[in-house]
Amino acid sequence: MSASHSPQAKAYWKKNIRIVLSLLAIWFTVSFGMSILFVDVLDNIRFFGFKFGFWMAQQGSIFCFVVLIFVYVYKMNKLDRQYGVDEDRDHPADTHPRDKTSQE
Amino acid sequence: MDVQTLTFIFVGTTFALYIGIAIWTRAGNTDDFYVAAGGVPPLANGMATAADWMSAASFISMAGIISFIGRDGAVYLMGWTGGYVLLALLLAPYLRKFGKYTVPDFIGDRYYSNIARGVAIVCVLFVSFTYVAGQMRGVGIVFSRFLEVEITTGVFIGMSIVFFYAVLGGMKGITYTQVAQYCVLIFAFLVPAIFISMLMTGNPVPQLGFGSTLADGSNTYLLDKLDQLSAELGFAAYTAGKKSTVDVFFITAALMVGTAGLPHVIVRFFTVPRVRDARISAGYALAFIALLYTTAPAVASFARVNLINTVHNAEYKTTPSWFKNWEDTNLIAWVDKNGDGKIQYSAGKAFNGKPQFLEERGLAGERKFSNPPTDNRNELYIDRDIMVLANPEIAGLPNWVIALVVAGGLAAALSTAAGLLLVISTSISHDLLKKMLLKNISDKQELVFARMSAALAVIVAGYFGIHPPGFVAQVVAFAFGLAASSFFPAIFMGIFSKRMNKAGAITGMISGLSFTAGYIIYFKFIDPSANSAQNWWFGISPEGIGTLGMLFNFVVASLVSKVTAPPPNEIQDMVDDIRIPKGAGRSYHHAKL
Repeated sequence: MSASHSPQAKAYWKKNIRIVLSLLAIWFTVSFGMSILFVDVLDNIRFFGFKFGFWMAQQGSIFCFVVLIFVYVYKMNKLDRQYGVDEDRDHPADTHPRDKTSQE
Repeated sequence: MDVQTLTFIFVGTTFALYIGIAIWTRAGNTDDFYVAAGGVPPLANGMATAADWMSAASFISMAGIISFIGRDGAVYLMGWTGGYVLLALLLAPYLRKFGKYTVPDFIGDRYYSNIARGVAIVCVLFVSFTYVAGQMRGVGIVFSRFLEVEITTGVFIGMSIVFFYAVLGGMKGITYTQVAQYCVLIFAFLVPAIFISMLMTGNPVPQLGFGSTLADGSNTYLLDKLDQLSAELGFAAYTAGKKSTVDVFFITAALMVGTAGLPHVIVRFFTVPRVRDARISAGYALAFIALLYTTAPAVASFARVNLINTVHNAEYKTTPSWFKNWEDTNLIAWVDKNGDGKIQYSAGKAFNGKPQFLEERGLAGERKFSNPPTDNRNELYIDRDIMVLANPEIAGLPNWVIALVVAGGLAAALSTAAGLLLVISTSISHDLLKKMLLKNISDKQELVFARMSAALAVIVAGYFGIHPPGFVAQVVAFAFGLAASSFFPAIFMGIFSKRMNKAGAITGMISGLSFTAGYIIYFKFIDPSANSAQNWWFGISPEGIGTLGMLFNFVVASLVSKVTAPPPNEIQDMVDDIRIPKGAGRSYHHAKL
């Protein structure tokens, strides 16, 4: 009877996978694609004082990584609420494991 | 005030701060000790993760390495940040939902097997000890250069500080000292970078100064100037790649996947209250890390230009004091090949190996060494590790900036060492003793064992710092290769494949591991002379082989799991359960009782 077996949960997981895959596609493109495989091609483009490929490899890809995680957090929190699996619906006492006692 | 007095003040103050925090946040039970009772706010966890992650290698060595290899330095920049995307999207939230203490906990429970747990414990210990030895060494170098004490004394001081707050405070103490250490290290890294960027380009933001024109009125872009200087001295262009594309691809992938699989980073995500917090704290962590990682390549290029301008064709007698100081620390050496009393710097090695210094001095007063000089024009040897530490001196920045950099380097080394020591002690007291050997010990006894193993780990790490095994530099490839070829696939499949079973995971881990370890051992230890591109498989260097090991692990695990029995129903239910965030607090309770 656990909520994790329902068709709801299956649909949630599918959407989750789709979000992860699309973000990882961007992750792969900016790092392995633009900064490694096609870096020499992109180096022909001038980007301020940089060659663009060089800039992607040493700066741009890192900025993209940070943005990707924040986009993931935003999308997943939204998805959690949509499917009612977010932690705000937990019993308040359960969300704070610290109140557990350890006296023996 | 002179540099040394200032350094004593800065280092003393920061150490006092770390100890104060440790006393204030000491651990009362194993829950505190292992995961700070799962009550760390996400922002604090992000900072702690950043400090945990950025080691002596990131702070002291990375910019120096980039400075010497140019564009290929991107393997470290991307490898050590891109892994966080994998960690955040594929591992962290689910491991938090699983809600226990360690990586072997997950592997052992998910694959219902103490063999799997045992394999994981061995990997954790190996990876963490490898890593911690380097940190203690970093502490030793910093102390010996700036506080003029013996390396041994330096390591002892570092050990006692870590001993104090790791043994007393456990994860709780470590977390909050790491927050303080992040602030110290990022401030110490940014201040000189901003100063130098201002001096060289007039732009206070190093990331922008990196792409600006020089402030010398020449209207040349910094990177163009650097390419031009490199060409004049016979080096390859700074902005061009030297490694093969295949190798860069595989090294970057191995470092990324290895980063996502390193136990001391993963365990930080067990310390936050909710799944949601695990996700966002990975974001904060990477943002805090990116602040240093996007500054480092700028620092690398500034330092390179400054170095060439300062030392090339300079009279040895009139070189600034930093040059002679580092020469006294054995990290710079100069041989006057053409006898003109000036330093000629160009491509190629001035001599082979590390300098073996003699007692005598040369004509200009330089230290002599016994290595026979090579026949190229280059007369200068510079250890890459000094670039960040020497950079403020090379640029002529005020003394307090130099002292600040010292405190920052120590913060970076100590914070990482503490995180690793905690993982080591947890593996021994929790995974090995409580879960496998002495199942009946009480929480109080387990805490005593945890403290004892932390103490033992500090001592072993200190020993490695004082007597560094010659292979430390070589085994760094090991740490990432092993994490990439063992933990990452095992954890990933444990979450994303319900069908993955005990037999598949164990054979996968063992084959990935032994393949990677075998390749590295062959090229690094058995036949180092064969370690060149024409002998590598598919042109992949030992640094990048973990990627192939990981693929190997995936393939073997999938094949074996297809022909063996699926995991029991309760395990499949557990996988279903960790896939949804709801009830994270509750599952934590169940895990604990």
